[in-house]
Amino acid sequence: MATTAASTKTKTTQIATTRVPTRSSRRDQIAGPVGMALIYTGLAGLALLTVFPFYYMLVTSTHRSVTILRIPPPLWFGDALVQNYLDLVDALPFWAALWNSFAIAASHTALVLFFCSLAGYAFAKFRFPGRGGLFAFLLATLMVPGSIGIIPSFVIMRYLGWIDTWYPLIVPGIANAFGIFWMRQYIDGAIPNDLMDAARIDGAHEFRIYWNIVLPVIAPALAALAILTFMGNWNSFQWPLLILKEEIKYTLPVALSTLRSLRGTEIGVQILGATGAIMPILIVFLLASRQFIAGITAGAVKGA
Amino acid sequence: MATLTATQVRQQTRRTTWREIKNNRWAYVFISPFYLLYAIFGIFPLFYGLWLSFHTWDGISPMEWIGAENYTTLLTDDIWWKTIYNTIWLFFGATAPQLTIALILAFIINSAYIRGKDFFRAAYFMPIVASSVAVSLIFNSLFGLNYGMFNYALSYFGLEPIDWLGSRNWIKPSIALVTVWQWTGYTMVIYLAGLQSISPELYEAARVDGALTRHIFRHITLPLLRPVILFQVILSIIGAMQTFDIPVMLAGGTQSSSPGGTDRAGLVSMVLLYWTAFKYTQFGYAAAMAFVLFVLIVLFSFLYNRWQGGNPTD
Repeated sequence: MATTAASTKTKTTQIATTRVPTRSSRRDQIAGPVGMALIYTGLAGLALLTVFPFYYMLVTSTHRSVTILRIPPPLWFGDALVQNYLDLVDALPFWAALWNSFAIAASHTALVLFFCSLAGYAFAKFRFPGRGGLFAFLLATLMVPGSIGIIPSFVIMRYLGWIDTWYPLIVPGIANAFGIFWMRQYIDGAIPNDLMDAARIDGAHEFRIYWNIVLPVIAPALAALAILTFMGNWNSFQWPLLILKEEIKYTLPVALSTLRSLRGTEIGVQILGATGAIMPILIVFLLASRQFIAGITAGAVKGA
Repeated sequence: MATLTATQVRQQTRRTTWREIKNNRWAYVFISPFYLLYAIFGIFPLFYGLWLSFHTWDGISPMEWIGAENYTTLLTDDIWWKTIYNTIWLFFGATAPQLTIALILAFIINSAYIRGKDFFRAAYFMPIVASSVAVSLIFNSLFGLNYGMFNYALSYFGLEPIDWLGSRNWIKPSIALVTVWQWTGYTMVIYLAGLQSISPELYEAARVDGALTRHIFRHITLPLLRPVILFQVILSIIGAMQTFDIPVMLAGGTQSSSPGGTDRAGLVSMVLLYWTAFKYTQFGYAAAMAFVLFVLIVLFSFLYNRWQGGNPTD
């Protein structure tokens, strides 16, 4: 690979001296000056369109329907935030839902980090019989469409007496194929075998090695997996909608979905509720967009 | 375990294997949670669902075996086929543009001399972190018939207002629009990661040889990105066939007794399945729907893989 790249480069410089491209002085620019201006305008326009609904959300949550339904619609902040807030906490147990969403996502994430790193460590650092087959099976399960099993899963949960509890939202998926794959990839490259062998000679138990030696080293991979897992659980809708019955146990998306159906609910109140569900994750994203993006891409590209 | 030679392994395969298993017993303990949980919450539901689909069951009283009747009923169920049509429509109307736009954007942003890569990447990516229920509430307001932002924008250009969510013709494009908005940046970021593994020298060499941008895209980017695209399309097929959140929220809401909006034009298979099982309590019939959907997903993924995966053009 390195030699190919090097020889390509030599070839490039040789040709460059003899045949200078006429369209542009910069060799890897994808268009001329006018083209570049158009491209930047297009990219900026698309970015604006992408971000606009978030801006609209923030603005609209500070207005009452009276001003929202004006022509032209408001594009600057109003003064009805407090009133919308009071209506929102009146229409649904907003803070309870926020806490439920947080508690469920946090406990699910903590368990995912533990079980996936444990299994990822085993796949990365042990050469045990059946390893290849077991890992291939694990990867294959990534391709099985999950929500197809929603009916039997519901029946199982009812059999276990777990309907209207948090267990169905926390327990399934705590040892999931994506997380194990992701941790295996990272641990494989991050921890030298010598380190573990030394600990074994000292008589350390395998679990102790995982806990004291492996876990501290893989913190970056754990952080990326934590972000992804937390976000997925926080935003999940179909499964909690089915499982949770009592309003006080609702997660935010489930609680918000009832707003859609309440006739005459102020638009600003609905949008303020949406803001409450979006902002916590969005703020973390704005603070740590690199970890977010790294976590998502690593799995998808390496999986291919 | 590392001290064993190949000959010894052959001589005492059985004893060695047993010793290997014993030496690595903790590895099996460490990986066992996945297999246990997947057996209970992954494999068992698939088979139990298949078994359910041959019964009529309201979820409470005893099940009754009816053979393939659920499937024969499904074959002539117009509403079911309508949801299949709507689901496939949304795949082509939302997923296909999303994959295409993402690819082009990734190609542009990946090329050198684009400044602010990180900014564009983060901006396009942002929608995927938002709850799709919350997103639906926002777009529900943007789509408003008389006072929505979109129709206001249309009137600005002298165009007639559109009944985005209320009319039979516009509900699917509206759902598609929200889906494209939410997923394009995500897909782009994945393509971008794939593109970064392509050596920049390849582009330079082609450029120096006088290749135009579209030639580079066609003959370098596309072939080299092929595995990533293939994987992404298959994941999208799996995802699109199970789409639920946005269609249910934009077309009728969760409390609706007859979801899908006007003329059920926004009704997708997963929503009908959910309603059939949990609102109309026809568990067996809904289980048959789930199994047909499962077979369709496997079939479409397989066909796409046969079509695109088997014969690389380069």
